[in-house]
Amino acid sequence: MTFDLTILTHNAGAILGGFGVTLETWISGVLIGILAGLAIALLQLSCARAVSGALRAYIEVVRGTPFLIQLFFLYYGGPSVGLSLEPVTAGILGLGVYGSAYFAEVFRAGFRSIPPGQLEAGVCLGMTRWQMVHRIMLPQMLVIIVPSLCNTIIVLSKETAVLSVITVPELTGVLTGIGSLSFAFLEVLVALCLGYLTLVELTAWFGRWVERKVGHFMLR
Amino acid sequence: MNELPGTDSQPRETMIQMRNVVKRFGANEVIKGVDLEIHKSEVVCIIGPSGSGKSTLLRCMAFLAEYDAGEVFVGGELLGYTHDRNGQRVRASEPEINQVRRNVGMVFQQFNLWPHMTALGNVREALRRVRRMDKQGANAQAMKTLEKVGMAHKAQSYPVQLSGGEQQRVAIARALAMEPHIMLFDEPTSSLDPELVGEVLQVMKQLARDGMTMVVVTHEMGFAAHVADTVVFIDDGRILAQGSPEAIFQGEQHPRLQQFLQNYLERNAFWAR
Repeated sequence: MTFDLTILTHNAGAILGGFGVTLETWISGVLIGILAGLAIALLQLSCARAVSGALRAYIEVVRGTPFLIQLFFLYYGGPSVGLSLEPVTAGILGLGVYGSAYFAEVFRAGFRSIPPGQLEAGVCLGMTRWQMVHRIMLPQMLVIIVPSLCNTIIVLSKETAVLSVITVPELTGVLTGIGSLSFAFLEVLVALCLGYLTLVELTAWFGRWVERKVGHFMLR
Repeated sequence: MNELPGTDSQPRETMIQMRNVVKRFGANEVIKGVDLEIHKSEVVCIIGPSGSGKSTLLRCMAFLAEYDAGEVFVGGELLGYTHDRNGQRVRASEPEINQVRRNVGMVFQQFNLWPHMTALGNVREALRRVRRMDKQGANAQAMKTLEKVGMAHKAQSYPVQLSGGEQQRVAIARALAMEPHIMLFDEPTSSLDPELVGEVLQVMKQLARDGMTMVVVTHEMGFAAHVADTVVFIDDGRILAQGSPEAIFQGEQHPRLQQFLQNYLERNAFWAR
């Protein structure tokens, strides 16, 4: 058995391009997912039961169905309801929707982790709900949830591989394409693993750095 | 300490008036029609067995517990409710509730400091956000209040770096900084190590000497006996006895009160020997 590195070096440009698309879809999807997830958690916290019930249903459906199927719905089913998206756009939106359900749960758990007594203290001092959310709850819960936030971000980095099925030219799509043309599957699969491993390790390292930076009031 | 209410030549201003207050948790009636009046500069200690409703009663005075029937007036204003056009009682809006509640400061058993803020940050927060003071003014007032509770030297410490007694003193400063007319204490020393109780009681005694109106739910019978103007004994959601510390601790006692105080006597029997 041979391991021919030239397969990779010859296609370095294409591979790097794919890596770029992976980064782009991942980061955009994560940002959308975090913002939407936070919005969902905040609405669940403060809105009427009907609203939070509807949001609950959204979370259950998104978490309860495979990402692949959701992408098919969005990309192939979208045009029939007048929603024609470019592959990359569909991929980013799909990742955002998929991630939002998980992020919403992470944020909800974060909000619940704040002892109610701390909020009662705020109430007695005349603080408004919003003041308590952004002065008492958010600063603490964002620290508490850093590990689970990181975890979800890491999971999403690998979900970008699924985007290849709707022809997004990301890392997995590009490398498996090279593999089927050259039959050098071992090389491309190893390269793929290394690519994602790098992303995940960088994210994990960054997450631990943030944990150390922001946790000063809890760790002493 | 203060003269007994009622012995003044002129009647003292009423700070809190409760009329037939009822509070239920589901089907469970916790406060069963309580009337209580608290006067300016009066120190009222509420004692009673656990589960008797004394904390809930105190929480009704800040509308942390939303009472179901009766009335609570704070500074002459109805707390928590208002009346609609048909004269029906409806829950007041948050700004309306806060308007009445601003007269009241609350201190909790668990301190409830915000762990991500320093002692100074904790005291300053409401001055900045609620009072809308500028940073300098808020800092100055916060430091002044921290001095009052002897915590100015730990202004930059986070709660986790402070002992329980220090945390509670910061919590007292946090409430005091808003200049309330009435301070409510919900078992302020119950979660402290015995050796830390003294420093908190000391601060509370000073407050009482300064003429603060105080309502204190407590198990510290010594504090009640020495500092209170009025002691209220509550059992099963009702006030069973109310009077001067002398009357409550030494006078003719309701059987339930006698039984309750007996526990304390037995616990402290070592000292009595």
